[in-house]
Amino acid sequence: MSGPTPVSSGAFAHQQQPAVTAYSGEREPLLQCERLVKSFGSLQVIKGVSFEIFPGECLGVIGPNGAGKTTTLKMLLGLLSPEEGHIRAFGGEMPRDALLIKSHLGVVSQFDTLDPDFTCVENLAVFGGYFGLPKALLKTRIPELLAFAALTTKSQDKPAALSGGMKRRLSLARALINNPQLLVLDEPTTGLDPQARHLMWERLQQLVQSGKSILLTTHFMDEAERLCDRLVVLDQGQIIAQGSPQALIAAHLEAHVVEAYGVEWQEADLAALQPHAERVEKSGETVFFYAHEVSGLLHALQAYPRVRILHRPANLEDLFLKLTGRQMREGS
Amino acid sequence: MRFWPVFMRNFLVWRKLAIPSLLGNIAEPLMWLAAFGYGLGSLVGEIQTPRGAVPYLNFVASGYICMSAMNAASFEALYSVFSRMSVQRTWDGILNAPILLEDIVMAEMLWAAFKAIFSVSAIFVVMALMGLLGQAHVLLAWGVLVLASVMFSAIALIFNALAKGYDFFTYYFTLFLTPMMFLSGVFFPREQLPHWLQGVAAWLPLSLVIEVFRPLFLGQWPQAASVALLAILAYTVMAYVLALHLTQRRFKSA
Repeated sequence: MSGPTPVSSGAFAHQQQPAVTAYSGEREPLLQCERLVKSFGSLQVIKGVSFEIFPGECLGVIGPNGAGKTTTLKMLLGLLSPEEGHIRAFGGEMPRDALLIKSHLGVVSQFDTLDPDFTCVENLAVFGGYFGLPKALLKTRIPELLAFAALTTKSQDKPAALSGGMKRRLSLARALINNPQLLVLDEPTTGLDPQARHLMWERLQQLVQSGKSILLTTHFMDEAERLCDRLVVLDQGQIIAQGSPQALIAAHLEAHVVEAYGVEWQEADLAALQPHAERVEKSGETVFFYAHEVSGLLHALQAYPRVRILHRPANLEDLFLKLTGRQMREGS
Repeated sequence: MRFWPVFMRNFLVWRKLAIPSLLGNIAEPLMWLAAFGYGLGSLVGEIQTPRGAVPYLNFVASGYICMSAMNAASFEALYSVFSRMSVQRTWDGILNAPILLEDIVMAEMLWAAFKAIFSVSAIFVVMALMGLLGQAHVLLAWGVLVLASVMFSAIALIFNALAKGYDFFTYYFTLFLTPMMFLSGVFFPREQLPHWLQGVAAWLPLSLVIEVFRPLFLGQWPQAASVALLAILAYTVMAYVLALHLTQRRFKSA
């Protein structure tokens, strides 16, 4: 048995690598997935997924429940083996070189896996032990990570005494214990209140600024739009779109959305309004008008005094719903 | 040695609770030995062994300590391991570090064995104070319990890998461990069993342990110890391989 690869010394906070803000296709990818295929029984859940992540990039994987996000992530982490395809990272291949690759990764899983019997400091120290990190290094790194996670005053508390946001930040600090080049985050802000989400976002942005790469899955389109340089949209085990959030919105959507609600819409009304928009969708009592230009539409809507109107720019949520549909999925 | 930090993780948790658990480790054997040894022993008197008659207290004490190793290892490798594997998701966290499932299974097996050894060592101390170890080959006897603890941990890990919840372990205790306790010669010599049962009972894991341990405890030399020890080793290796395979299957299926 070979021991874990020790991670180079120098705590995270001191290691300001050159900031890389945008992805450039010319560099070597940190991690590359090639035509991944995976089935459970007779059900094929991943059907030829390929993508890569470059140094300094934040890549978001989005998709409805059951799209295959978690399965893809589990394959990247070596917890499941793909039936076909390759996962290459840090000069090795998953799952053959799982130990090498995992020594360069930091992972925050969807569910907290913190040790309930340990304090924050002990949680980090024990986790550092799994990477074979020397005690002296941990002694300097742990206080820095706790400060980064805004948990210095909680360092002697156990997870039960922490709020949901604090637990997530402790999980993030734990994932940084080996100063990883790539962070893998599975729904990092699910279940957090707005303050805790914003603090988490701020910390993740700092990490990308410092040169780390992030791969994250999320259900929150505002989160994906805010954090990710590039997105991969997964549905039914396949990638149905990828690109930067702005480019995806520009490529797939009209610039404006007008939501009109408050009355029971008749087919005749919608037929009359239809020419003012490129696309019209009805969901429940709300009608969504997607248009590049809306002055005509807004004028026409004045004929319906009881209608309430929300006019906003098209966003990633509109894109997501357009690509993956508005209907509820099984298990949603 | 990748299992070592995982073993140490369990040790660090246990260290916080070791003193209260030590009291339980000492109080329970005292009650058992008082009830069975002095109570029942006064009715039974002496038990015939191949090397002569021994007081029932010494006879039952030697069986009791083997049973304790079995129970302590099984409890840890079932309830506590399942909690770390499935309820607390401790394993899921560890698997994100450069540690493999086989390292965790190895660590848990050795950890459950360690706890059992700690427990029987405490009982040894109690028995020494009661003057029961006068004739015993203590170190050799203790070594047998080390092997036994590892074996029972490995066997329990098979059932841990198959469990859907804690309830499942009740079956393991009532359908496997309890019958074994009565068939392996803890409380009475196996020769008292019906003839047809003796052949099967002789190959039960706990019987093999008692076969080697009891003579050493009573200051005798066991007969055919090498066969029993080889069987214990074989059970241990087979159980570990099967437990690992089933655990890996469990983790690959979701």
